[in-house]
Amino acid sequence: MKIAVCVNHVPDTEAKVRISSDGKTIDKAGINFILNPYDEIAVEQGLQLKEKFGGEVIVVSLGGDSNKETLRKALAMGADKAVLLKDDSIRDSFAVAAALADALKEINPDVILLGKQSIDYDNSQMVGLVGELLNLPSVSVVVKLEIQDNKIICEREIEGGHEKVESQLPIVLSVQKGLCEPRYPSLKGIMAAKSKPIEEKQIPAVNSKVETISLRMPQSKAAGKIVGTDSTAVKELVRLLHEEAKVI
Amino acid sequence: MKILAIAEQREGKFKKTAFEITKAAKEIADKLNCEMVSLVIGSAVESIASELGGFGATRVIVVDDPQLNYYSTTAYTKIISEIAKKESANILLLPASQIGKDLAPRLAVKLDAGLVSDCTALKIEDGNIIATRPIFAGKIISDVKIVADVQIFTLRPNVFTAGSSNGAPATVEKVAVELTQADFAAKAVETKVAVGRPDVTEASIIVSGGRGMKGPENFKLIEDLADVLGAGVGTSRAAVDAGWRPHDEQVGQTGKTVAPNLYFACGISGAIQHLAGMSSSKCIVAINKDKDAPIFQIADYGIVGDVIEVLPVLTQEIKTLLGK
Repeated sequence: MKIAVCVNHVPDTEAKVRISSDGKTIDKAGINFILNPYDEIAVEQGLQLKEKFGGEVIVVSLGGDSNKETLRKALAMGADKAVLLKDDSIRDSFAVAAALADALKEINPDVILLGKQSIDYDNSQMVGLVGELLNLPSVSVVVKLEIQDNKIICEREIEGGHEKVESQLPIVLSVQKGLCEPRYPSLKGIMAAKSKPIEEKQIPAVNSKVETISLRMPQSKAAGKIVGTDSTAVKELVRLLHEEAKVI
Repeated sequence: MKILAIAEQREGKFKKTAFEITKAAKEIADKLNCEMVSLVIGSAVESIASELGGFGATRVIVVDDPQLNYYSTTAYTKIISEIAKKESANILLLPASQIGKDLAPRLAVKLDAGLVSDCTALKIEDGNIIATRPIFAGKIISDVKIVADVQIFTLRPNVFTAGSSNGAPATVEKVAVELTQADFAAKAVETKVAVGRPDVTEASIIVSGGRGMKGPENFKLIEDLADVLGAGVGTSRAAVDAGWRPHDEQVGQTGKTVAPNLYFACGISGAIQHLAGMSSSKCIVAINKDKDAPIFQIADYGIVGDVIEVLPVLTQEIKTLLGK
């Protein structure tokens, strides 16, 4: 089974993100970047499929040289090879998907895995964009997965529950927490990753369809009222919620 | 210019987002002085279609087919793109729900459209739609516009207010779209929805517990308060990582982003990644022992005290208020 996993290089969840002086982009200075946590689950799922069915796991990322860190992490977890689609420019989701789809077409995988969203721009678009561009079925927010021959049965998360979906390979899947627990790279894996290949590819420019006008920090709220220090304050709290905030 | 508003239903009942989308579409249609049409897809859903009239729809297209008893990404994509083309609609609005988020990117490719996900506001400037959307789970807010002829926006649930129905009628048109086996390349065959508490992304009140709850057994206190209020139960990453609660309740940057009317943060200190996911809640109540906890900086009301002691009293007091 040939498995491709798309991975993104994103600021750590602890990062205090700041806006650059151009007012339209993020200031990357001093920020720790990590393998997108949902993509890490996708890598793990890819490795588990390989362990079950044999084959290879190829990780693909689009970005600058710094994305190699994230690709090395995936290689250290056990992926076989990596492809870096080199591009430092600003792309919207569509322009990213177009480049990924081109690269994936060449790889021709049975299963394409990616995280349900990237924790930077939170678009949750890649699974559908790549699926439609490659004319393959897609299932998003997968929390359970079973493959038999060419048939795939997944459970995807929906509001308040799960939905069981059937489809065929090849397929594009976006994964959610709970599907599997990402492994830590072993020392052996980290050493081995150093000699695994990262193929670099130049990619054509694609016009973006979405333009950022400006970024701003959210309005900071003034700290509220401390009603009390124990359960004797509850009566007053409930009165405030009912009469002042009118939320209950 | 014409707006196509997708009204989501599940099991023959409209989701609250269906009314939110309808109302938002109507407001934009009025501002742009253009037409709008609503679309309902499903099996045996014709009878509910006119409900959208009360929220501003005048014309509702219904694609009603027994094959659509469950959601199918591929079939829904075909139906919406065909209707959009037939109607020459160039602005599509969908909910940023699990269905809307699943469909919108596929539609964007099919219709050669630009797509902005999970918008929290739409405004018109010089005849263009400017969409506001939080990024980095709300640590930053962005204003964006689409530079393509066809524009698709998904709207975050619970943010656009639908209000209540004014009872106005709508014209309902049944339209057939031919669906073959190939259109169901991915199809749901079963749904398992827990009855009882609403999902945090849909709840108008959320009661969340964190590490300050001291152990999984104390979440009973969270659930009791939630059930009195008809609220959803949320939690912090710390409580999920500790194995106390399931990940689908997690609120924050690697969980769900929520915007309820009322959010109770119980024993949650307010790590940056949690605040990112809930700080746009309209009213925030924090109960925490530590007076310096960051959660108090964004809370509207706070009790600096022991959550285990405060919660049962709070549940009882609200029960009394609501006459339960």
